[in-house]
Amino acid sequence: MSNGILTLVYDIPAMDMISAGEASSNVKKKLKQLGVNPLIVKKVSISMYEAEMNAVIHANGGSATVNIGTDEIVIIIEDRGPGIENIDLAMKEGYSTASDEVRQMGFGAGMGLPNIKKNSDSLNIESEIGKGTRLEIAIKFTS
Amino acid sequence: MDVKMIADKLNMKVLAGKKGLGMKVEDIYACDLLSWVMARAEKASAWITIHSHVNIVAVALLAELSCIIVSEGVKVESNTLERADMEGIPVLGTTMKTHRTCIEIHNLIKREQKK
Ligand SMILES: Nc1ncnc2c1ncn2[C@@H]1O[C@H](COP(=O)(O)OP(=O)(O)OP(=O)(O)O)[C@@H](O)[C@H]1O
Ligand SMILES: [Mg+2]
Repeated sequence: MSNGILTLVYDIPAMDMISAGEASSNVKKKLKQLGVNPLIVKKVSISMYEAEMNAVIHANGGSATVNIGTDEIVIIIEDRGPGIENIDLAMKEGYSTASDEVRQMGFGAGMGLPNIKKNSDSLNIESEIGKGTRLEIAIKFTS
Repeated sequence: MDVKMIADKLNMKVLAGKKGLGMKVEDIYACDLLSWVMARAEKASAWITIHSHVNIVAVALLAELSCIIVSEGVKVESNTLERADMEGIPVLGTTMKTHRTCIEIHNLIKREQKK
């Protein structure tokens, strides 16, 4: 990321449903302070929240890196969870393997990854069974 | 119309987030699937849900909603109220059913528009 203006790094704690979502809330505040276009702020924070919650719910936590560049914002969410067996299937609206416990809190619509896709200019998912998952989400300032 | 008006006219309890009572309400959204809310709710909506977990505060902020209305008499967890106070997003409580809450707010909005 050669033309980065600012890089933010967060730890995403495992199985902590109380503080879950803090990294994306923090990014939202920072972007607002920086005067980023509100539409872009919304896209970035919703995409990041969905990815962050997936790391908490499906993968025992992980880390987030947000690179704010001159023409785009790139969010990288990495975990060392179980991995995604079939990414095409996971991308389908309504597909979810969420547990009953998190469903009772309102998660598990199977809309998280489709939401990220919809809100971003590019979404790249790398995943290996038993190793983990890495999402790279880019949102352009001009989008 | 603002959040305070909904609370006053429909006799709802303001459970938290008093700072945000002046926020404008332009639409209504009722859904209990969080990702669905983030995908579909129009901003400046009053959001009606039966969830009470702290994540509803994050969702309301991300989707830029005006308030959270916890319907059907569901009791709201204390850390949810603390977070809502911190963020200044109103949480209202009502014993009305979700659909009834929608109807009543809809009528209020219509009445206001006629004025
Ligand atoms: N980081 C991850 N590690 C392992 N599996 C994942 C991860 N992210 C997503 N998945 C798998 O992909 C599915 C779809 O994810 P998606 O975010 O679209 O829906 P969800 O999390 O199940 O529900 P929602 O996001 O609507 O609350 C998940 O149910 C899970 O099986
Ligand atoms: Mg998800």
